[in-house]
Amino acid sequence: MFEGITTGLRGALSFIDRGRLTEANIREGMKQVREALLEADVNYDVAKDFTARVSEQAVGERVLKSLRPSEQIIGIVYRELVSLLGGDPDAREFTPESTASLLGIKRDGMTVLMMCGLQGSGKTTTCGKLARLLQRDGVRTMLVAADLQRPAAIEQLKTLGGQIGVPVYTEDPAASTPVQVCQNGVKAAKKAGDVRVVILDTAGRLAIDEQLMRELRQIDNKCAPDQAVLVTDAMTGQDAVNSAKAFNEALELDGVILTKIDGDTRGGAALSIKAVTGVPLKFVGTGETLEGIEPFHPDRMASRILGGGDIATLLEKAQREFDADEMEDAQRKMAEGRFTLDDFRKQMQMINRLGPLRNVMKMIPGMGAMAELDPGIDMDKEVHRIGAMIDSMTLDERRNPDRIDRSRRNRIAAGSGTNPADINKLLKDFSVMGGMMQGVSQMGMKDRLKAVQQMAGQAMSNPSGRMMQQKQRSKRGPLDELKAREKEKRKKKEAKKQRKKNR
Amino acid sequence: MGFFDQFRQGLEKTRKVLNTDVRDLFKAGEILDETQLEAFEGRLVRTDMGVAAAGEIVAELRKNFEGRTVKLDEVSETINRKLRDLLEGDGSSRYDAEDPLSPLRLRADGPTVILVSGVNGVGKTTSIAKLSKLLKDNGKRVVLAAGDTFRAAAVEQLTLWAGRLGCEIVRGEPGADPASVAHRGAERLIDSGADVLIVDTAGRLQTQKNLMDQLDKVRRVLAKKVEGAPHESLLVIDATTGQNGLSQTKSFSEAAGCTGIVLAKLDGTAKGGVVIAIRRQMAIPVKYVGVGEGIDDFAVFNTNEFVRALEI
Repeated sequence: MFEGITTGLRGALSFIDRGRLTEANIREGMKQVREALLEADVNYDVAKDFTARVSEQAVGERVLKSLRPSEQIIGIVYRELVSLLGGDPDAREFTPESTASLLGIKRDGMTVLMMCGLQGSGKTTTCGKLARLLQRDGVRTMLVAADLQRPAAIEQLKTLGGQIGVPVYTEDPAASTPVQVCQNGVKAAKKAGDVRVVILDTAGRLAIDEQLMRELRQIDNKCAPDQAVLVTDAMTGQDAVNSAKAFNEALELDGVILTKIDGDTRGGAALSIKAVTGVPLKFVGTGETLEGIEPFHPDRMASRILGGGDIATLLEKAQREFDADEMEDAQRKMAEGRFTLDDFRKQMQMINRLGPLRNVMKMIPGMGAMAELDPGIDMDKEVHRIGAMIDSMTLDERRNPDRIDRSRRNRIAAGSGTNPADINKLLKDFSVMGGMMQGVSQMGMKDRLKAVQQMAGQAMSNPSGRMMQQKQRSKRGPLDELKAREKEKRKKKEAKKQRKKNR
Repeated sequence: MGFFDQFRQGLEKTRKVLNTDVRDLFKAGEILDETQLEAFEGRLVRTDMGVAAAGEIVAELRKNFEGRTVKLDEVSETINRKLRDLLEGDGSSRYDAEDPLSPLRLRADGPTVILVSGVNGVGKTTSIAKLSKLLKDNGKRVVLAAGDTFRAAAVEQLTLWAGRLGCEIVRGEPGADPASVAHRGAERLIDSGADVLIVDTAGRLQTQKNLMDQLDKVRRVLAKKVEGAPHESLLVIDATTGQNGLSQTKSFSEAAGCTGIVLAKLDGTAKGGVVIAIRRQMAIPVKYVGVGEGIDDFAVFNTNEFVRALEI
């Protein structure tokens, strides 16, 4: 998410990076930063304040005389961005918070959550997502369908509740009012005894609609919800701040959830909500399915905005998903150059568990741009195909790929539903990779990261290269890149010699 | 019918709060300087029209008026003309407010197919209901195809509307291929001899490649069944949408061949300026605006009214 801001800022900051830093080009750079923020829908005033603060600090003498001024400026922009997003730029360690504490769920007794937001922001879906998260953590939850306005909103919540096994309290929309539904819903939850969280799904509204805002205030008064949460569409433009303000004035919001950030939305205006209202962002919605919700991390987001990637999230995920013994084993083998196709397959499976490859790549610094290369290519399908190829080999073949001759190759291709040229390519790629891995595994962690980024850089300079190319190739089989390059080189050398002779 | 009245009513409240007008910024008799221009740019950006469009207008003002004494009429005339140019392109998108069906390319010699698409939660289904009402009120027989087989209860939502409006509706099972629903809708259109088929689709983010491909398939299926279908492909955009609207329009145009935009939820505080950015880059006109939650809160887009309502 927020790629828009990322790209824009990267462009703006690379301008500063060039040449010597003068007061004039800081100002020019800041103008570009501001433009990038505005294009990303950051609120006009917030963007203005932001650049003013940054340039004030940047123009100071300390920066100009420092060794790497541009780095320092990026530091300032980062810190300001983290603050803008509601985080603490000095916090080094991240302490994971549970869903319950993020939502302010009380240790004992029942907590009432009231969800509100504009029409179509994704309230009902978000209700379902939160209920699923809570339920997973063993917190009994009940949903209350208080949106009597949109046709079939009740149906939608019922269906969602059914999917996750959470009870849904409903009333006949013709014979009831939203306030009544909420009151009765809370009563019903109390009666049920073991329900710890009640989520009220209120009707969507336009912030300026006085009548509906009054209704919200009534629910607020009668049911006294412990938490009022605003659901906002990340695609909202300059108006995001207005509506957030209106809701905040009516209800005193406790948190904001940003939805639909899985698109290419820049999400800038939503960032300004925090700056203008002071209400913290708590979760982000990342998809239509019920799993699509994640806690919001200001620092990570800021570093992602600056193109720094989101290594922390990836590491956290990796630690959870990877088998430490297996990793160690694989690493030892790599170092010794004994890494086989079988090990390769295992590693692939582990990476697979991290989620879609494209998302994983986005989190690695420097690879974000690569993940955007060609949206038409399904990388996960490609990984799946490679898996099928390896699965179709015998154990012996996996350990000694040299043994694979034409006949074996044909068999493997038939078994995996690919063609022999693909098998050939895989084997070649693997042998190249084996060498690289041996090198990489002997480096320290920092060098290793650098190497990965270098590799990414290489792939960038040859955007159509690697795994994506197969289908366009001729039947004769893949062209050997190394050999071709060798040939080019030799040709040039020959030509040079010739020129010398002719002189 | 009071599109403009309602529209302005909604905006009246904001006007009172913000009390903004060009007159507050550029005072007659004063000399136009850079500070004023910058403040004005901020006002333009706040409508979501984007930095590029705002920059264009400010550049024009700078060229014509900077350093001179402000003549209010001239200044607002320049702004309005520039905005109208940005919105109308070659003028082909000026519609007759008296004839609510004038923006639609209805076929004279056979049934018309209208495909409606957009991202999640922009108000597609509601817009379809409003459009059906409009068509019905003007003597057209409408068949609806509930192609949103993904979101829970989306089909029910459209069915409810169909019931209220007395339209025929073709439905699919949850999770069914939307193309199959569209296909059956087109069959029903031909069999029943109705005038217009409106095909609803599930909301999708424009970055979801496979879902965009699915939309393309719906279009192909319709084209196979009815000649030249879809005759109208309407993209619904939420008026609160920011610059992402550009990306939405680009991607949806590729997949669904958009012929027009419905700007929904224009009755809030948002001004829908993003359509200016869209029109600046692409030749897709705004055809209708949704101005409220009632079934009749739907009107033909009118450039002059829109520019006035931007209140800059």
